[in-house]
Amino acid sequence: MKLIKLMFKNAFRHKLRSFLTIAGIAIAVIAFDILRTVVNAWDAGIEATAANRLITRQAVSFIFPLPYSYRDRIKNIEGVEQVTFATWFGGVYKDKSNFFGRLAVEAETAFDIYSEYVVPPDQLEAFKRERNSCVVGSDLVKLYGFKLGDIVRLEGDIYPGTWDFVVKGIYTPNIKNGDATQMFFHWEYVDERMKKESPFRAGEVGWYIVRIAEPNRSGDISAKIDDLFKNSSAETKTESERAFAQGFMSSVSSILTAMNVLSWVIIGIIMLVLANTMIMASRERTKEYAVMKVLGFAGKHLSWLIIGESMVIAFTGGVVGILLSFPIVQGIGEAIPKNIFPVFNLEYHILVYAFVAALLVGLISSVFPIIKALRTPIVEGFRHIG
Amino acid sequence: METLIHVNAVSKMYKRDKFEIPVLNDLTLQVPEGKFLALMGPSGSGKTTLLNLIAGIDRPTKGSISVKGTEITSLSETALAKWRANSVGFVFQFYNLIPVLTAFENVELPLILTPLSKAERKQHVETALQIVGLGDRMDHYPKQLSGGQEQRVAIARAIVTDPILIVADEPTGDLDKHSAEEILTLLERLNKEFKKTIVMVTHDPHAAAKADEVLHLEKGELA
Ligand SMILES: Nc1ncnc2c1ncn2[C@@H]1O[C@H](COP(=O)(O)OP(=O)(O)O)[C@@H](O)[C@H]1O
Ligand SMILES: [Mg+2]
Repeated sequence: MKLIKLMFKNAFRHKLRSFLTIAGIAIAVIAFDILRTVVNAWDAGIEATAANRLITRQAVSFIFPLPYSYRDRIKNIEGVEQVTFATWFGGVYKDKSNFFGRLAVEAETAFDIYSEYVVPPDQLEAFKRERNSCVVGSDLVKLYGFKLGDIVRLEGDIYPGTWDFVVKGIYTPNIKNGDATQMFFHWEYVDERMKKESPFRAGEVGWYIVRIAEPNRSGDISAKIDDLFKNSSAETKTESERAFAQGFMSSVSSILTAMNVLSWVIIGIIMLVLANTMIMASRERTKEYAVMKVLGFAGKHLSWLIIGESMVIAFTGGVVGILLSFPIVQGIGEAIPKNIFPVFNLEYHILVYAFVAALLVGLISSVFPIIKALRTPIVEGFRHIG
Repeated sequence: METLIHVNAVSKMYKRDKFEIPVLNDLTLQVPEGKFLALMGPSGSGKTTLLNLIAGIDRPTKGSISVKGTEITSLSETALAKWRANSVGFVFQFYNLIPVLTAFENVELPLILTPLSKAERKQHVETALQIVGLGDRMDHYPKQLSGGQEQRVAIARAIVTDPILIVADEPTGDLDKHSAEEILTLLERLNKEFKKTIVMVTHDPHAAAKADEVLHLEKGELA
């Protein structure tokens, strides 16, 4: 027998208590993993932005359109490499609950600027050629079973009427956290129809996406763009794609902060749970520790015995929690509509955090019992009742 | 016989809050090697305290104690712990076995601190358990044993390191007559056959009668 055997036996001496403590730690680890994954999913939107892209939108609000005529004027600004634009189409696909991003874009340039959305060259050519075609994300293919040649029918709301688009391409993001749940089609096709049906709304685009050659000049070029349209009927606000995404997120940022804090509060709570278990266990063993000291065991032996016991419980709870986190986080990810969190993955670093936190909790929980065990004189230990 | 234990003018006081409780008062005592000594006296007279001092698990307030030439009162905590592990075997009234360890493992516990190999430890443990007559109960847990058997395991644990001195604090205090008799016979045998010096605290005159000599403690002094 080695001391380590006694350590394991001690850890499971009170089966129910150990089980409840381990379950507590496991649940906390799972809760931590879920919260961090949600926070991460929000952040993913920001991380997926590119440093060399600017967004130019209407100065007053994102919902007001900009004239199509701005396109060439922006393109002529020194430092601008490429310009494209997009318009939020809205609409309904079969049912209101099928919510995914539908954007009318400039077919010629869209995938040039959104180079992280990869479309096979032949499909891209076909898309550019046919004005009523569309490109859909690979996640939409999984979700709705879209195939090349399928017709996707949208009922317009912002753009009234029935709209049919032929799937000519499927894009796959080649970056981590890329959003594969969008549908792109020709702005020209939409605008053509607007010219006929509601001419006063023709020639409008939602926002411009500007690619610049030098990312470190984004402030300077943004200012140049905005200056260009100063005092016009549609003033612009230009910022980097990242700043834009962050601004978009700021409405939820306090919730994210709360989740962040909460995830650590949970770690604090399991610390208390385990510390309580360890203190109870050590108190019950006061006499045994006295016996061991009588037999010649020193402070270091007792310290390892107590740390080890605490770590066995923390480790088991941590491992169980992590193993259960996978199916649970995945289940939640599947239950949440794709468009809310295009990316909902339990990331490696979250698991490492959770596991290290569990082990630290184990370590810290043993401190007080160790101090107590070492400080109690043998004769006091024997006089201990209980 | 040579003197094994010297207790020189030892006083012991316990502090409780502001009060100082004098327990032992300028006590001097010599125990020859090979002796089976019984300590009797009313409850609270300081028997356990004296035994603890001799065994090096407590320190006197005044005076000194030496055992086989080692002045244990001047040893550091670590040195004292080592000395205890090598030189003293303990038997308590309530056995104090570790409930999650088998009889074998309980007896093996003090050997973990020695450099003995696994095979050597096994041999020592089996010998000790055979001496106390529990060679067939090695895999039993304390709760599967009777009180008398538990105390015999405790005695095996006390002798497994082959100490020169065995201290026993009311070893039969919690046992029925028959089991008590077995324990006393065992202690006698350890004294006579294995030449262990034994200091035993007891309330029971019958138990004391087994000893070579009986000392009476009264209010912290030998009477
Ligand atoms: N650790 C201690 N702290 C305070 N008082 C103690 C302690 N140990 C013993 N005493 C007191 O010392 C006296 C003698 O105790 P003890 O040696 O256990 O007596 P005995 O074993 O003869 O019954 C008692 O009054 C007891 O309350
Ligand atoms: Mg006593």
